[in-house]
Amino acid sequence: MSPALPATDGALLEARGVEKSYGHVRALQGTDFEVRPGEVTALVGDNGAGKSTLIKILSGTVQPDGGEIRFEGHPVTIHSPLDARRMGVETVYQDLALAEDLDPAANLFLGREVIRPGLLGALGFIDKRAMRARAAESFATLGIDLQDMDAEVGMLSGGQRQTVAVSRAATWASRVIFMDEPTAALGVVQAERVLDLIRRIRGSGKSVVLISHNLPQVFQIADRIQVLRLGRRVAVFRADEVSMEEVVGAMTGAAGEA
Amino acid sequence: MGRDGTPVGQAEQASVAGEEQEIRPRLWRLAAATSTWIFLVLVVIIAVFSIMNFEAFASVFNLRNIMIDASSLLIVAVAMTFVIITAGIDLSVGSVLVFSQVVAALLMRAMGAEGLGVILAGLAAATVSGLAWGVLNGVLIAKTRMPALIVTLGTLGMAQGAALLLSGGINVRRAVPAELVTTVGIGRLFGEIPYLVLIATGITILGGILLHLTRFGRHTYAIGSNPEAARRAGINVSRHLIKVYAMSGFLAGVAGYLLLARFTTTTIEGHGTTNLQAIAAVVIGGTSLFGGIGTVFGTVVGVFIPAILRNGFIILGVEPFWQQVAVGAVLILAVYVDQLKRRARERA
Ligand SMILES: Nc1ncnc2c1ncn2[C@@H]1O[C@H](COP(=O)(O)OP(=O)(O)OP(=O)(O)O)[C@@H](O)[C@H]1O
Ligand SMILES: [Mg+2]
Repeated sequence: MSPALPATDGALLEARGVEKSYGHVRALQGTDFEVRPGEVTALVGDNGAGKSTLIKILSGTVQPDGGEIRFEGHPVTIHSPLDARRMGVETVYQDLALAEDLDPAANLFLGREVIRPGLLGALGFIDKRAMRARAAESFATLGIDLQDMDAEVGMLSGGQRQTVAVSRAATWASRVIFMDEPTAALGVVQAERVLDLIRRIRGSGKSVVLISHNLPQVFQIADRIQVLRLGRRVAVFRADEVSMEEVVGAMTGAAGEA
Repeated sequence: MGRDGTPVGQAEQASVAGEEQEIRPRLWRLAAATSTWIFLVLVVIIAVFSIMNFEAFASVFNLRNIMIDASSLLIVAVAMTFVIITAGIDLSVGSVLVFSQVVAALLMRAMGAEGLGVILAGLAAATVSGLAWGVLNGVLIAKTRMPALIVTLGTLGMAQGAALLLSGGINVRRAVPAELVTTVGIGRLFGEIPYLVLIATGITILGGILLHLTRFGRHTYAIGSNPEAARRAGINVSRHLIKVYAMSGFLAGVAGYLLLARFTTTTIEGHGTTNLQAIAAVVIGGTSLFGGIGTVFGTVVGVFIPAILRNGFIILGVEPFWQQVAVGAVLILAVYVDQLKRRARERA
């Protein structure tokens, strides 16, 4: 197999020796990971390898037990999702993290509601019309046709909900966007739209981290592939220099340790 | 290249089509809302009572009394709407109401029971007492993650015990300034509209605005819908919950003070079921006990259905105990409708 690349210079966001245990389960056992500017990085690994845990740590949702996180080379502590947001990091969570009783626009603007101008704004009045108009634009870009923008998200299909979550992250990310299996529930056309979106995001100089079990998709879009196994990163490949067999070998442990 | 053009074109089409289609789903949603149905139930009840005894039931005198009687429950129920939309519950409101009354009454009596200064001091005492219990509830629920049912059951007992300790178990009398009683207590604007009703209406409208038009309301729904999603969206869930329970305590204090003004004495024994009445009103009005769904309008309807049933039964000479039976049935019906809707959604 190709040798793992050395630790990188010029990484935008990196994890060094990050650890996280849930009771007896050691979800992450000294994991390294890096996100480079303007690249699409695929994070692959078997079920339970620790991918989602790593993403949650880097988006401030879960606190690590140990290790270091650096942003633009400086050590940082991401105490909360707000800290990650301030760094320009947005996440599409595997469980989507949507408020099912609110409509798509409300979800898109959750936690950053558009406030009405003037006195009403000072009193905390929200501008539902403006939010709805901007949300409709975002959704159209992703090619979902939400016939009823007033329907609560819980009424939407699984794929439509996933697209709402993807639009939300894409709307707000300015530096990095994590996507934890963003196409798992999507039809062929919608999945293709998400891949298009990822390309466009990369084109605008932002970084994308894509978690996916769909290796053909990964090879279609990723610049770099990082493999997680049993809570450790076991390999980093450039996507154009590696075969699918090698990646699978690293994921399952068939290669390398043998 | 052409690909980048496509989404924009679609966005324009979507928004044009969206405006034409907007009306129809809204009507549907209105028709499907529990509060709409429950409002029709209220209209039917009023129609039936009016037909059976128009003179007695539909008189200004009678309707005014219904509204006066309902005003303090309405205030407590508006706050309870917020609490239940966060998927919480506040069992302590009745005891907190009584505690606030006792503190305010003792203070006003000690100050001489007359004059504007005393009136304002009493108001401050009642609202601050209520607020303090509410904050305690909120902090315990938000920070320790104990179930709201247990926390507020605990503070229910504590507030009630404290009120009895302070008052010696006897209602505090000769404490309420006459000026307060004749204005807020039993006075009427232009000789027609009782101030109690005006105050309750004002609080209800403010509550409705807060819930439906502001960021605070939006976050209330989000937290009840999916607290983890709210947290990940950067909402300070603990702080928001504390505010919601604080509001519940505060308004219980306000309601206690208004009752003090109306009856000129504390009502220590009168609030054993205020919590359940408020919860029933909120739930009858279509607010979901699972959180995330509800309206202030529904709560208003939910307050008036039991109130009008009781009044109508009395006028018609039906055993008033039937009111409890009827309200219980309406309550179960409302929860059943909520359940059906949730199941329909899970299938979707
Ligand atoms: N909140 C939690 N509580 C307890 N254990 C957890 C929790 N979150 C994750 N784990 C455990 O940590 C390990 C890694 O889980 P994680 O969700 O990160 O895996 P993953 O690589 O995302 O898997 P998948 O591909 O199935 O999504 C698993 O063994 C899981 O059971
Ligand atoms: Mg996962």
